[in-house]
Amino acid sequence: MSSLPCNAVNVDTTPVLVTEPRNVIRAFLVLGFFALVSLSTFAVDHRFIYFSAYLWFGFIYGMSLQYGRFCMASAIRDLFAVGVPRMAVGIMIAVVLFSLISAFVTVAGKSTFHPSPIGLYSVIGGLIFGIGMIYTGGCASGSLYKTGEGSMAALLVVLSLSFTQVFVVDAGGWMNHLVPTAWTQSALAKGLPAAITPTDGWYDQFLAGYVWDLTAHTVGELLGFTNIIAAAFIGNSLINSIIPAVLILAGIYVRWYRKGYLRGNEAQYRGISTEFAGYWSMITASKRTAIAGLVLGVAAGLHMWVMQGLQHRLGIANAGELLAGMGYTSGLSIQDTLFDPGYFYITTQEAQAAAWIVQKLGFNVMDSIFFGLDNGVPNPLLNPVLWMSIALIGGAAVMALLNNEFKFKIPTPEIATWAIFGGILMGIGARVGLGCNIGAFFATVTNGDPSGWLFGLGMTVGGFIGVKFFNWWIERKMSKEMAAFDL
Amino acid sequence: MAVKFEKVGDGTYVLDVQGYVCPHPQLYTKKGLEKMKQGEMLELVFDNPSSGESIVAMCKAEGNEIVSQEKETGKTTMHWRIRKS
Repeated sequence: MSSLPCNAVNVDTTPVLVTEPRNVIRAFLVLGFFALVSLSTFAVDHRFIYFSAYLWFGFIYGMSLQYGRFCMASAIRDLFAVGVPRMAVGIMIAVVLFSLISAFVTVAGKSTFHPSPIGLYSVIGGLIFGIGMIYTGGCASGSLYKTGEGSMAALLVVLSLSFTQVFVVDAGGWMNHLVPTAWTQSALAKGLPAAITPTDGWYDQFLAGYVWDLTAHTVGELLGFTNIIAAAFIGNSLINSIIPAVLILAGIYVRWYRKGYLRGNEAQYRGISTEFAGYWSMITASKRTAIAGLVLGVAAGLHMWVMQGLQHRLGIANAGELLAGMGYTSGLSIQDTLFDPGYFYITTQEAQAAAWIVQKLGFNVMDSIFFGLDNGVPNPLLNPVLWMSIALIGGAAVMALLNNEFKFKIPTPEIATWAIFGGILMGIGARVGLGCNIGAFFATVTNGDPSGWLFGLGMTVGGFIGVKFFNWWIERKMSKEMAAFDL
Repeated sequence: MAVKFEKVGDGTYVLDVQGYVCPHPQLYTKKGLEKMKQGEMLELVFDNPSSGESIVAMCKAEGNEIVSQEKETGKTTMHWRIRKS
């Protein structure tokens, strides 16, 4: 292809976007669908407002993620692979803002957050997840928003990581022998209900025999703050989120941004003031990403506030109680609970949907702690947190349509293979690490939970390993393509 | 569709990575530009919007010049011309 197509439209670096009329109509159709779901279910039973709250926050997340092309895989990969800090900067902005809003929510007594146990499992889970997300090209939330852009490769990633999680939490047989005897004994000592069969299934023994024996604290608690304002703002937000984020940004500036910035400002170098100007320039370099980070951070904090408020108003502590009260008891855990984090979360609700299908095929996954004791396997239509994921895809679709970026794309066999393989690694990593880039990193570090940084460390190292492999892979393919030329 | 790298003129190459998602377009672009000589032109064809901003930032950081950015009407396919610095 030597010349541009005759119907090409010239655009400069700051094009004025004119949304195509058909895309505006499609966007309104998607928006209308979700509005109809909200209104019609509310008309049937006002308690569906709890579902709709998840839905509309999911919609906002989807729009923000697509607008800023927000993706944890991109943040790590672009740094190591092409030296571009844009996305890593955006994520740190979101971390700072989410942590401040979370502190307000905590002080107001409206937080739904519970810290995860602190242990090496977070690093290992993050490492496996990090390698996987580099292969797929998107993290868990990134794959959802890209599905909304019409990428069937991203949908394959979501399916792959969902079904893999079901396998991971239910696998027994020879895998039972992979866990230390101490874990088995410790799991047995917990006196779990017989229906859970805690000694059959390596993941049950991992959870009950290892993870449950670890301690979970926020930084505010660890530092012994008795004043909730000090614990939330100084311990959780400042020490666990803002200071690490500022230091990470400084590291990124020195390693990846400073040289290029100073090259363009050599004549005006004035020491530390120029360095600060360069630091600020890096933060504001991509307004799109910065704006998305701001909206995500604020929305994620408000989400907790709204869900806790609704729980109080509806007189419930968990969506399981809500569903039982509405007459839907099928698929609840044996504690009558349902997965209901009350904040931005990905992966568990998709695993529940996959488990529901697996159960329909005749397999029993309710004998696991993950599904049977804790999260349940509800009908996907009655899973409030899954409403958030579906709406996230819808919100991303609306934003992609308004930006003329929606395209239904079938993956090539090569891309499909990467999607499935990477999705499997992401599914394993998400279960071992008790979450993904959102639940085990973004939502945790911003609520003062140091385990999030452990997952983030593993994810970064995994990302680095993934990039090294991908670099080799693409170098090999490109060398073949370029072999015929004198380059 | 597999990646295509072709010479279409004196010092001008086309890299077609349509159908590829992140991180393929930006990595192929980086590898291609690394091997090209100063002043040569790369015509990049891709349809993954997420890769666009990364490629812009990458070119800026490495000093390569994006001469033009064009998008096919009604499609997501983009044609960019990048001069190796």
